[in-house]
Amino acid sequence: MADKLVIGGKELTSRLFIGTGKFASHEVMGRAVSQSGAQVVTVALRRVDLDNPGESELSYIPASCTLMPNTSGARTAEEAVKIARIARAAGCGNWVKIEVVADQRYLLPDNFETVKATEILAREGFVVLPYMNPDLMVAKQLRDAGAAAVMPLGAPIGSNRGLKTREMIRILIEEIDLPIIVDAGIGRPSEAAEAMEMGAAAVLVNTAIATARDPVAMARAFAQAVEAGRAAYLAGLAPARDTAEASSPLTGFLV
Amino acid sequence: MSFYNDVYQQYAEFDFAGFLGSRTPADVREVLAKEHLQPADYLTLLAPAAAGFLEEMAQKAHTLTLKNFGRVIFLFTPLYLSDFCVNRCAYCSFNAGNKFARTKLTLEQVEEEARAIAATGMRDILILTGESRQHNPVAYIKDCVGILKKHFASVCIEVYPLDEEEYRELVAAGVDGLTMFQEVYDPRVYARYHRGPKSNYHYRLDAPERSCRAGMRTVGVGALLGLAGWRREAFFTGLHAAYLQRKFWDVQVSISLPRLRPSIGGFQPEHPVDDKSFVQILLAHRLFLPRAGITISTRESPAFRDNILPLGVTKMSAGSSTRVGGYAHPDGAAPQFEISDPRSVMEIQQLLLKKGYQPVFEDWQQWDSLEKQLCS
Ligand code: SF4
Repeated sequence: MADKLVIGGKELTSRLFIGTGKFASHEVMGRAVSQSGAQVVTVALRRVDLDNPGESELSYIPASCTLMPNTSGARTAEEAVKIARIARAAGCGNWVKIEVVADQRYLLPDNFETVKATEILAREGFVVLPYMNPDLMVAKQLRDAGAAAVMPLGAPIGSNRGLKTREMIRILIEEIDLPIIVDAGIGRPSEAAEAMEMGAAAVLVNTAIATARDPVAMARAFAQAVEAGRAAYLAGLAPARDTAEASSPLTGFLV
Repeated sequence: MSFYNDVYQQYAEFDFAGFLGSRTPADVREVLAKEHLQPADYLTLLAPAAAGFLEEMAQKAHTLTLKNFGRVIFLFTPLYLSDFCVNRCAYCSFNAGNKFARTKLTLEQVEEEARAIAATGMRDILILTGESRQHNPVAYIKDCVGILKKHFASVCIEVYPLDEEEYRELVAAGVDGLTMFQEVYDPRVYARYHRGPKSNYHYRLDAPERSCRAGMRTVGVGALLGLAGWRREAFFTGLHAAYLQRKFWDVQVSISLPRLRPSIGGFQPEHPVDDKSFVQILLAHRLFLPRAGITISTRESPAFRDNILPLGVTKMSAGSSTRVGGYAHPDGAAPQFEISDPRSVMEIQQLLLKKGYQPVFEDWQQWDSLEKQLCS
């Protein structure tokens, strides 16, 4: 049976979500997205020229992809809600990644405002994927507010530091019955694989691909890593042990 | 609480010459190995000893910029509304003592300029005026903003310092950002160059902070390079930016490095900054403040702008005119200073693409009008 991820009624076979910021050109971004096989692509609405959609990055995203406009630039729930509504009215679909970031030094998300925005937009029929600081209580509030998935950060955005919040993400995966998508911080394919091995439903990668020497090849590497990590998760990881296990168990006689 | 009292004063008695002169290559290496820099580390990178490490600094600055901003450069254009000014800044053509026909755009002319600029693809605009509350009152600036908001996603101001309440009014009218160059951080040197209301050093120094309290989204600071010794000036510029970042954590802070340019009056800077020193300042800024914007204007030459692009730059002006009404009528009024990079928006765009950067015209907009238009 194919291993599928269902979000907002859509069946996805790729568990790699891609961000479109920081690329040297829309054209490189388009090729990287194609090579990644990603089916969900997030775009900063603040950078999209809605008056000339034909010339914007939107036209470089493969038509088969689900567009997930994000609310980056928003510093309050109110601004995020506005941006989401505009995105939908402008024809970008009803998926939205909530990003409410006021802090300009580390760009860490504001969980409180994120919950508020999620509540309003889920009520308005959006498929809401909130980006958040991994916190179990907030994840529960987001779920109750109607989020379609929860997107905790692995490390500060753009830091390429990997899964610094590993323990918290593990708890979210265990406790929250929604897809947990690790967003931000993943810098290497091996880290994406690790998140998938832990049981994350998907990962979202941007900086690590966009700023690699060869973004297109890196997109492919991430696609493979995400697949490998997911396969390992499904296969069930063998338990790690501190000491070598004797090949003939000493308690075998008890059988 | 202010930058001057909280930060500047701490260094009032500091022996800059002694510290800068005592830094060794080993000190610089130690700083380069650190992840988070303290003010003393930053000053070490501005010391003569660091001049031997520009390549190492550049590599680190490039990597940091790539991680934080990616391969994108934001573009903006300045728009001069009026050259009436009551001040007598020694280095500026608009100096009240200079005799030339002064101009102030009517609202119709503002619209005309806006159309001419918008036709180049620009979406982000910085409006400037000389300091004259009589000729360029806040109400006038507000009216201009009203017109410009129709054509641009973002409107920022570089005008004389205002009261907090006035900034609040402008924010309400649609202004997103403020640029306020202190010109000189050393109060004694500041006093030498400024006559008129601008001689109020503290009122100017506190202006960025007032604008942050009033709700500005972006704030840029800078020292006019050439007026005083650059190491000390760059140090205080960086500390000022860091202070604003810490205190107003939701404001995007950036730094500009304006070098003095020829102007009417033929002012000659006492402390000219050569290219190598300029690069050292730029790199030290980037390493000290990895998430601050760094703006490079058309004051710099095309070749130099091209070369420093990967060293930490995040924002550039393009297709600039420093004349009032200069977009619709390029040969009209006198320029504030001569620009060095006359390339058009299209040329800058092509250059960035060729260098592997994406030119970004729109990084933020106030969503109110779009929301009304699309969602009602
Ligand atoms: S720098 Fe500003 S205040 Fe000084 S003379 Fe020029 S326009 Fe006037």
